[in-house]
Amino acid sequence: MCLGIPGEVIELMAEHEDLAMVSVEGVKRAVNIGLLRDEDLEPGDWILIHVGFALSKIDEGEAKASLDFLTGLGDAYTDELQALAASDIT
Amino acid sequence: MTQKIGHNMPTRANWAEEAVAAAAAEEAQLAHAETQHPRTGSEHLTREEQVLARIAKARARKARIKEERITLAHGAGGKATQTLIEAVFLDAFRNPVLEKLEDGAQLAPMWTNGTAAGRLAFTTDSYVVSPLFFPGGDIGDLAVNGTVNDLAMCGARPLFLSCGFILEEGFPVADLQRIVASMAAAADAAGVQIVTGDTKVVERGKADGLYINTAGVGVLEREVVLSAAAARPGDVVLVSGPIGDHGITVMLARGELDIFADIVSDTAPLHEISARLLDVAGDGVRLLRDATRGGVATICNEVATAAQVAVVLDEASLPVRPVVNGASELLGIDPLYVACEGRLVAVVAPDRADAALAALRAHPLGEGAAAIGTIKDDPPGLVLLRTAFGGTRIVDLLVGDPLPRIC
Amino acid sequence: MRFVDEFRDAGMARTLATQIAALCEPGRKYKFMEVCGGHTHTIYKHGLEDYLPDTVSLVHGPGCPVCVIPMGRVDDAIAIAEHDDVILTTFGDMLRVPGGRGSFFDSKAAGADIRMVYSPLDALKIARKHPDKRVVFMAIGFETTAPSTAMTVLRAEAEGLDNFSIFCNHVTIIPAIKAILDSPDLRLDGFIGPGHVSTVIGCRPYEWIARDARKPLVVAGFEPLDILQSVYQLLLQLKDGRCEIENQYARVVPWDGNTRALQVIGEVMELRPHFEWRGLGFISHSALQVRKRYARFDAERIFLVPGVRVADPKACQCGEVLKGVLKPWECKVFGTACTPETPIGTCMVSSEGACAAYYNFGRFSRERVKEATRT
Repeated sequence: MCLGIPGEVIELMAEHEDLAMVSVEGVKRAVNIGLLRDEDLEPGDWILIHVGFALSKIDEGEAKASLDFLTGLGDAYTDELQALAASDIT
Repeated sequence: MTQKIGHNMPTRANWAEEAVAAAAAEEAQLAHAETQHPRTGSEHLTREEQVLARIAKARARKARIKEERITLAHGAGGKATQTLIEAVFLDAFRNPVLEKLEDGAQLAPMWTNGTAAGRLAFTTDSYVVSPLFFPGGDIGDLAVNGTVNDLAMCGARPLFLSCGFILEEGFPVADLQRIVASMAAAADAAGVQIVTGDTKVVERGKADGLYINTAGVGVLEREVVLSAAAARPGDVVLVSGPIGDHGITVMLARGELDIFADIVSDTAPLHEISARLLDVAGDGVRLLRDATRGGVATICNEVATAAQVAVVLDEASLPVRPVVNGASELLGIDPLYVACEGRLVAVVAPDRADAALAALRAHPLGEGAAAIGTIKDDPPGLVLLRTAFGGTRIVDLLVGDPLPRIC
Repeated sequence: MRFVDEFRDAGMARTLATQIAALCEPGRKYKFMEVCGGHTHTIYKHGLEDYLPDTVSLVHGPGCPVCVIPMGRVDDAIAIAEHDDVILTTFGDMLRVPGGRGSFFDSKAAGADIRMVYSPLDALKIARKHPDKRVVFMAIGFETTAPSTAMTVLRAEAEGLDNFSIFCNHVTIIPAIKAILDSPDLRLDGFIGPGHVSTVIGCRPYEWIARDARKPLVVAGFEPLDILQSVYQLLLQLKDGRCEIENQYARVVPWDGNTRALQVIGEVMELRPHFEWRGLGFISHSALQVRKRYARFDAERIFLVPGVRVADPKACQCGEVLKGVLKPWECKVFGTACTPETPIGTCMVSSEGACAAYYNFGRFSRERVKEATRT
């Protein structure tokens, strides 16, 4: 349900307080940012776009944390398995 | 302001009840036939496989139009178009040449004294694009290149084109002149002459500016016979460049989506690049198709069905420009189904694949050419995609146009 | 970072797959429901099930807002569209959905002015451009989409547009999950929570699922690694004997949601006493309608819609498929009477429906396909 696509704010459109030009891989569309009024969006911010509206500001720190978690799983792969088995016993 | 509407609303979906009843009857008939002539082997199938076999049977049924009226889906190049062609046109006009349903007819006319008059390819196509002018081309370029390409995909050297114009009352003459100039330039570039034509004018509101029909004749000078049915296991699937540029360009140029991207149509004549390909790969080339309506996915499905093979595509190898990808993500559509007007798909024998790919890449129109998949023997009739993520899925025919989705 | 490709990495998927397999207890079968149709789409589009052990199965839930619209509502919308002075607008997803008398496409072919829009604001633009027409937007969607519709109504009011209205079919996710959980024949081990709905409603509304229904739920993103990671987190919870609401999609979903979006919905819309869901039947307080204050933007008040209930054919087993009791291919009419061309039931209606996704993307024997796609 609900196709949401990450896009980068490239310009706040002066002629309309609720509009921002957003880029998705170089594809541009004006997006209504009225639902994110409290977020003080700036060019360079990433937002989640759904039916022409920005629903959420994307948190890069959280994205990195998520990827770090996955990378961590891979790095510690071998001994992680043993650790998991050990944690099962306790 | 309130008003009463919609009297006589049904409380049951009759079309659905009928479909259920019809399928049940058919199933009963099949089951009966099965008990009369039991086949061996089927008892080893799992329940899921039995269901899949049942579906394969249902899909192989004779095409039948269920709609009372033509909808836009019938023109989109997917399942609905195939059904229309098979159930209405093929049924009425059936003959061995038409039955092949290739991009053009391959003819071997005879003189009255019984000697062969050479082999010809003959094709026709109508152009109804909106808007008429778009980045990278206009309806005139399409009308020439499209027909030239259909001939080239038969392995023919395109020679002569006809053109028919249906003009709407009020259409600006300057626009017509611009379009005709594009056609002249495109014909020149493709080495064809427009040798006959026709013009009709319809009342305002009865056509969307103008429609163009072109037909084309070319000579088949090579021995090679190209056909979707010729693909065999081990063959390699090639595409001559990035896919989806034309479809996305036109979709954005309509302006309704308010989406902007730096992208132009790929419309181009493919007669040269296809000739180069045939020069180096010769009878190793099984078939050529230009990936127009329905995109690469639809061509692969035609191959899978006609040759009863599996087409296995590799998502990571598919050439797609970032902007086409971006627009597709935004709209929720799949570039595999988006039209191109200057890209060909070739299925080539494995021992010629490298040479064929090199020949494509050596031509300016084929710089982005890539090997995108292989032909396997099983499961027949299916197009499979090895996803970039490392999974597998089917690439089926679409029912109609790829529609932007929100969900 | 693009927040897309990073979460489609095949190497990380292999690592996660190994970890997932290691978390599964031998001999135990796991069933998780992804509530959201967008997740179903991701699962099939990327072939994600190839990474899961046979003992972990994903049940495709009721979260496709197109699929759950009952046929009678489609007929109502078409009845509105049949007025000479009406332009009906809706999202592309709706156009092929059949009602009792056919789809929007069929109605368009018969002469109605029905147009596809990408955003409700596009419908507003059409209304401005055609002051002589009445422009109706058929609004569908969960809480994800409702704020956009509400914003559009507020804009129409601010502009003083009097030829724009919405035919409101917005539904809410929590009552649907509750209806699924109330079903006696259900056996689920946990939920993959709807990421984009949660950007609006946040994670708190799910707390009762862990507390009262004792099912873990992980709010998940829409890239394939997001979903795999959620399965991993669910299995980890089961292994640890925990039952919690977790947020895997924290890069997009704030725990408290989008307060402003909720305010805007509340300003323009209110809960309906009950609403019919295809495949699930009537569910109390599960949908939104336009508040009286905005009656002049409410197509249901402007046009007396027929409101006839159209029964699903008896042979259709969508209810069972939605609850995960049946696999799509176990339904009697799957693939024969019911296909994406002629969808009989809700699950076949949009590409996100469980049956359509299986038919379009997953209709094959895994063993044979493994052989074919081996490199």
